[in-house]
This record gives sequence, structure tokens and C-alpha cells, in this order.
Amino acid sequence: MARAVSTRRTAVFTIAAWVIALIIFFPILYTIVTSFKSETEAIKGFNLIPSGTIESYAAVQAQSGYFKFFLNSVVISIGSTLLALAVAIPAAWSMAFSPTRRTKDILMWMLSTKMMPAVAVLVPIYLIFRDTGLLDTRIGLTVMLTLINLPIVVWMLYTYFREIPGEILEAARMDGAGLWDEIVHVLTPMAVPGIASTLLLNIILAWNESFWTIRLTTTNAAPLTAFIASFSSPQGLFWAKLSAASTLAIAPILVMGWFSQKQLVRGLTFGAVK
Amino acid sequence: MGKIILKQVNKAFGATQVIPCIDLAIEDGEFVVFVGPSGCGKSTLLRLIAGLEDTTSGTIEIDGKDVTDAPPAKRGLAMVFQSYALYPHMTVRSNIAFPLKMAKTDPAVIEKKVAEAARVLNLANYLDRRPGQLSGGQRQRVAIGRAIVREPSAFLFDEPLSNLDAALRGTMRLEISELHQQLKTTMIYVTHDQVEAMTMADKIVVLNAGNIEQVGSPLDLYNKPDNLFVAGFIGSPRMNFVRGEAAKRWSAPTVGVRPEHLKLSKEGGTWKGVVGVAEHLGSDTFLHVNAEGVGMMTVRADGDFPVTSGDTLFITPDENRIHRFDEKGMAIR
Repeated sequence: MARAVSTRRTAVFTIAAWVIALIIFFPILYTIVTSFKSETEAIKGFNLIPSGTIESYAAVQAQSGYFKFFLNSVVISIGSTLLALAVAIPAAWSMAFSPTRRTKDILMWMLSTKMMPAVAVLVPIYLIFRDTGLLDTRIGLTVMLTLINLPIVVWMLYTYFREIPGEILEAARMDGAGLWDEIVHVLTPMAVPGIASTLLLNIILAWNESFWTIRLTTTNAAPLTAFIASFSSPQGLFWAKLSAASTLAIAPILVMGWFSQKQLVRGLTFGAVK
Repeated sequence: MGKIILKQVNKAFGATQVIPCIDLAIEDGEFVVFVGPSGCGKSTLLRLIAGLEDTTSGTIEIDGKDVTDAPPAKRGLAMVFQSYALYPHMTVRSNIAFPLKMAKTDPAVIEKKVAEAARVLNLANYLDRRPGQLSGGQRQRVAIGRAIVREPSAFLFDEPLSNLDAALRGTMRLEISELHQQLKTTMIYVTHDQVEAMTMADKIVVLNAGNIEQVGSPLDLYNKPDNLFVAGFIGSPRMNFVRGEAAKRWSAPTVGVRPEHLKLSKEGGTWKGVVGVAEHLGSDTFLHVNAEGVGMMTVRADGDFPVTSGDTLFITPDENRIHRFDEKGMAIR
């Protein structure tokens, strides 16, 4: 009897999980489906069966040149992530292992910068970029995305580092390790799962960032977010082309997320479960 | 060489005085145990010697050299931690070799020293395993191996056996004592377990609230405790204290007598009492007796002493083993 109830419960939960997963995934699915429709099909209304044409993809590539945007996305997201890690690892190390009375306040302050609407600082940042010649440059965007995501990267690494027993670092100090040896030979290898998931999450965040990437670029440094936006227009038929562009933009990150989901979940639950 | 001298060492965390002021000399080759209850400052004192904490004032000298401001690595000491503190991502071989690698030792010398340490500590078959694949005792040996290869002037042990089960603790206690006899290097060992202190030490330092209560050999502390705290802390089961009227016949406000220095009789004696609990250990029986006019007394009897809860007994202290203490709790001699 108990087993029957348990089986029924499992079935209900499984179905519920699938329904929720489909609801969450549906916008992506419909974007992919729409990308294989013609423009007239796309505006006809709800239809899950596309004709299977790839004319939108051909048009998108011919019109804009996908690979230039793709390359910019790769450079900016990976570059900003590596830069953020280079700054955040020592910062998180010092806050986790040598906390002061103000450490918690600093962490809160860093997080509070994420609560501010980005548009509030759009004008000053735009002017700074314009005056320093950083507008529409990969370097400018890399620095911008580094700064935007730095609070999250520091917070995540701080949480992982706190899980590492301080005695191990003290043992390294007793064994003659200097600060550099301690971080390179002991801390970093032990925090690999945490660092890896932070790296993956930050790449995803940087890849998908659209507010600054669209506003601070025009052509040279424009990443895939700008590529998608360029297919949206106030008139004419563009839904299928927009969907094709979106599919092309999210495909790499979707594939990367799929292959690294184990690492991502492990990293995100690091410390939550023993 | 490993002579360590602490002069007027003080440690405060903000307004909290953890170590008010300590003077202590540890001779080369001595096995010194810091013992005291939790929070008495023994681990802090060890960490001050190691350089893992900064002194608030005072100086620490190792072999005549002032190391008060020297970083841990420059003090020539090795430390074994309570949690072993092994590097989980490295093999046993890499763990033991780590301090030598940091000292940029020649790889051939590293290999030789690691092999020698592994031989001494029975770890030769485990060199390619990671700490996660070892038992508690083996992990502790790796931690000791990592300390040995540095050839330090002194070893510091911070409650190294606390995470082991009772049987393994006994074995490791013996192994550390043997290691000391073999190496003849200064060892400072922190523990809250007075049995470890009594069995291993050449010299015991009893700490209480950051102050040294007494320094001496295990038997000195057992036979001639300076005060009530040491008398109560050293010895298991702890010393019985008699206060008030009952103590007056020995002309002292408080007298102490150890459970093994009380004689039992069913016919007559100094104090009459009723057995509350009898703990039969086989070799000994510990009786908790509620004595009239004195209170609860613990008595060590032979393992086959015929007694059960509720029996009436007479207790007589051994007059030659009575410890007398004044109003301030200091020994009267």
C-alpha cells in the first residue's frame, strides 16, 4: 500500500517537473521553431509545426555576418570572466581568511551596486567611454562587463573559500609557503569546483548581457546581443529572422551549459550539501 | 637545537585578554605539554609560538633569536594540527614533500627524505594515495611525516589525537612518544586530556584563563599541586575536596584527597557514607559515596571490591597523602 502511494507520488512529481520544465523552456523552444518558419508563417499565429525552411538563417548570415558578432561575444565574455577572476580570487581570499570588522559591510556594499538600476549611470558611463575612446571597443566592453559581474564573482568565490578549512592554509604557511604559493598550490586547486562554476556562470551572464553591450557598441565590438537587436525593426516582417538570430546567439551558450551542467550544479550547491 | 623562551608574552583580542602575561622556558629536546580546560588559552599560546598569531606584547625567542615578528615559515618549527590539515588534492607523497618543495630542495633529496619519513611512519605503501583514501591514524601519520621532513628545531602538536577513537589514540600516543625518543627534538603538545599530558610529558604546563598555574613533571603536579586548580585538574578521577568543619582537623580551610588515597571499610573509619553509584571497570571500581558531613566523595577500590548501590561504608583518608589549601586556594606545605 505504502509502495503504491509512493509510486503515485513519484509519478505526480515527475509529471509536475516535466510541465514546469516545459513552461520554462517553451520560449526557447518556440524561438527555435519560429526560426525554421518563413516570415509569413511566423506572423500567422501560434503554430508549433514549422515548414522547416532555413531561409531566415541564410538571410541573417547574408545581412549581418554572424561570426564577427560571435567572435566579439567570445572575446568579451571570456575576457571579462578571466579579468574578474584575477581580481576576485585575491579579494575573496582576503575576505574569507583575513576578515576584518568591515568585511561584511564591504560585501554588502558590493552587492548593493547590483541593486542600482543600470540606466541610472548610463549617461556618466557613456560620457566616460566617449571621452576615453572606449566606445565600441572590445577592451571597453570587457572592462565594463568585468565591473558589472565582479560583485557576484567575489560573492560566489567568498562563499566557496569559506568552506575551505583555514587550518590547511595555516599548515601551508608553516610549511614555508608564501602568499603566492598558498594561493596557487593550495587554495586554487582546492577551490577548483567553485572557481569553475563561477567561471561558467560569469561567462553565461556576460554572454547574455544586453543593456551595456547594445548601448556602448555600434559595429566593431558589437556582440551577439547587438546582433539580435539589429533584427528588430519598427516595420516589416522580421520575426523569423529575429528568431534565427536569437537561436544562433543562444546556441553556443546552451551547448556549453548542457555539457557543463554537472559542474554548474555541483558548484552552485557547493557547501550547501556535505 | 630547540630552546624556546617566552618573555612577558601577552595576547589580547580587542579588550579580551586571552594570555595576560606569560614567562616560560622550554629546554632543547624537552617534551612539554600545555594542558588546561577548553578556552584556557593553550592553543593560542601554541599559535603564538608558531607565528600564526601575533603577540600583543612580549618576546618569543627560539635558540636565542628573537622571532616575535618572524613569519611562521621563518621560525624553523613544524606543526601538526587537530584536523590534520592535509592538502586533499595532493597524494601522500606530495603532502610530505610540500615543505621541501617550498624550500626549493633538490628533487633527489626530497625523494630520499620522503621515503625515509614514510618508512619510519609505516606509510610506504600509501604514498600514491590521497588523504581521503586513508584512515584517521594514517592521516595523522602523514601530518607527522610532513612535519618530520622539515627537520624542525621543535614540533608543535595542537590536540593531534582528538579526532581519533580511544584505541587509536592510545597507539598514536605511544608512537609520538617513541618518535620523541628517536628524534630527541623539542616537542610542544597541546591537549585538554590530562591522561595524555601525564603519560607523554617531560614537563607539564597547566594553564587556566591564560595564566600558568604550575609547571613541573607529571609526578610533581600529581604529588605536589601548587593550588586547588592543579589539584583538581591533574588526576583521574579528580581529587576530592573537603571544606568547612570536616577540614578543620587538618588545620586548613580546604583539604584534598585523591580517590586512590582513601581506604574503605565496612566496620569503621573517619567518614561514614552511603554508596550512590558504583562504576565497575574490571581493574578498578569507582565508588561515588555520599559521606556524612563531607558530601560526595569518589573512591577508587579494587575491581573485585564487593559493593552495590545503597551499601553503607566507612572512608579513611591516607594521612600522608592529604593536600592542604589556604583561603586563596594555594597549597600549604
